[in-house]
Amino acid sequence: MTAIRPETSAPAPAPMSAPAVPSPSPLPIAPVRRAPTGLTADLRAVKIVCHRELLRWLTDRRRLVAGMVQPLLWLFVLGTGLSRVVRPGTEGLDFRTFLFPGVLGTSVMFTAVFSGVSVVWDREFGFLREMLVAPISRTSIMAGKCLGGGIVATTQALVLVALAGLAGVPYNPVMLLELVAILFLASLSITAFGLLLGAKVANIQSVMPVIQTVITPMMFLSGALYPTAGLPAWLSFATKLNPLTYAVHPMRHVVFAHLDLPAAATRALDAPITWMGWPVPIALQLVVLAALGTGVFLIAVARFSRTD
Amino acid sequence: MAYDDERPPAIRVEGLEKRFGEVHAVRGVDFEVRGGETFGFLGPNGAGKSTTINVLCTLLRPTAGRATVAGFDVVAERDDVRREIGLVFQDMTLDTYLTGAQNLRFHGQLYGVPNAELETRMKQVLELVGLWDRRDKEVATYSGGMKRRLEIARGLLHSPRVLFLDEPTVGLDPQTRASIWEYLDQLRRQEDLTIFLTTHYMDEAEHCDRIAIMDAGQIVALDTPQALKAAIGTDRVRLVTADDSAAATAIAGRFGLEAVTTPDGLVLQVADGEAFVPRLLADLGVAVRSVSVTRPTLDDVFMTFTGRTIRDAESSGNEIPPMFRGRR
Repeated sequence: MTAIRPETSAPAPAPMSAPAVPSPSPLPIAPVRRAPTGLTADLRAVKIVCHRELLRWLTDRRRLVAGMVQPLLWLFVLGTGLSRVVRPGTEGLDFRTFLFPGVLGTSVMFTAVFSGVSVVWDREFGFLREMLVAPISRTSIMAGKCLGGGIVATTQALVLVALAGLAGVPYNPVMLLELVAILFLASLSITAFGLLLGAKVANIQSVMPVIQTVITPMMFLSGALYPTAGLPAWLSFATKLNPLTYAVHPMRHVVFAHLDLPAAATRALDAPITWMGWPVPIALQLVVLAALGTGVFLIAVARFSRTD
Repeated sequence: MAYDDERPPAIRVEGLEKRFGEVHAVRGVDFEVRGGETFGFLGPNGAGKSTTINVLCTLLRPTAGRATVAGFDVVAERDDVRREIGLVFQDMTLDTYLTGAQNLRFHGQLYGVPNAELETRMKQVLELVGLWDRRDKEVATYSGGMKRRLEIARGLLHSPRVLFLDEPTVGLDPQTRASIWEYLDQLRRQEDLTIFLTTHYMDEAEHCDRIAIMDAGQIVALDTPQALKAAIGTDRVRLVTADDSAAATAIAGRFGLEAVTTPDGLVLQVADGEAFVPRLLADLGVAVRSVSVTRPTLDDVFMTFTGRTIRDAESSGNEIPPMFRGRR
């Protein structure tokens, strides 16, 4: 390793001195100005941390490809395979159309949880420390990670959204916009949840088992893969405790609103979620999703703000 | 020397203590670092050096006592302290998936350096550490020494007034250590900067203006390297002559000094070896083939102030064994 620049190598450094140092420039380095701290600084920090998340995502091709291929497998392999078995229960609807919002939900869940939990890698490889000692609030660091994770998960899901037609979902602009908005809200909330997991997980080795034990039940209990209406009481109760339910159900409702279906199919496949018999409005479901996201975000920030 | 006494202290520490449960890591430490000074914290692993540096960097809260850095209180004015300091930790804190330039840009923006100035400043600090040509390579491809140099460049990027280096050369091979020190020495000459560093390598303390020797959570000595060495006494003069026994007799007779015969020649101890050698050569009367003068080392200094070598201090230290460290 040498760092001799052409202009400095001319006087020939002593042959024994190992890596040569460029000779000092005649003028000292001018000090730079620094913007004051405050709200603008915090917002800027959110943007910078978010930008890094996007940079890392774009440079990690494997993650990019895996994140896009997996939902296609769910929808077109699992969906096609199962559609023959479940045909009597779908009242004539293509099972893949039913599955579409569910796969969107699980796909953003996987990507977003990994984005959030990546804070464990940041900690293990020291970069978290670089962020935590900067003169900015920890809330803005965590908000930046959430925003980055939210954008990554939503963007990856767009590939699937673009293939809606193949699953029998119409390309209605209003419906697509509504879907993307819900996806983004879900992505933000679930990234926050991933951050909180990351705060609790001690090291990289524990990440996979923790994700498996948390994510798999969330996927199965969300109604992503089967309708929640008419489930046994214990299973029905569990789905209502699951945050992902409040992302999957609104998306399915949005899709079903744009399908021309017999009432029986809507009743069977898009039955409202009820709290003790009361059908929960879609808007309230989204509020629940946002509130849960905000709650876990604040807990995660508190976990990362502790100083001994 | 880069500092003068007129300037306000860059760091002031009064009665600083830090406990972790039962472990009393820092037990009442007082010192001042002058503006522009390079100040070294020397001591074995577990002496409390890193704990002290972490308090000064606002990463730990002191249990008792207070500290100011660049005039700001490390507890009450945390963000002000953070803006005025640059940090290079023992462990790497780079994003290895990003390039060197991306790491620096992230840092500069986080510290609020305006974009127009950031690019110029990045070039300056990258050239200072000889990494300008590698700036667009992923950090994962850098060697250990290059990573450390990049961290030093990053620590300087936002023009801090105090640069903290916690064991800046630990884990590096001797050649790389030497090159890091060449860059740091150049930095001292070039920038108006206070440098606070910790090390447990005795030879590295020589690069400092002043040194505090720390053992078991307390400062046991604090002075310039020269003064510390002078405080412990004598130089060692080693000479090889045509006739060692005749020379020994002559030394005893003419200078009143006792010379010890060793396989490598005669060894004698005098207060000022360099001034003594010309007199010795003039008056000895025996042909001298070679002569060398050895100053006392900082190892000797540590031994004098703590009664043990730095290696003993590490093996019997109060440190938590490495295998339990992660479980605290």
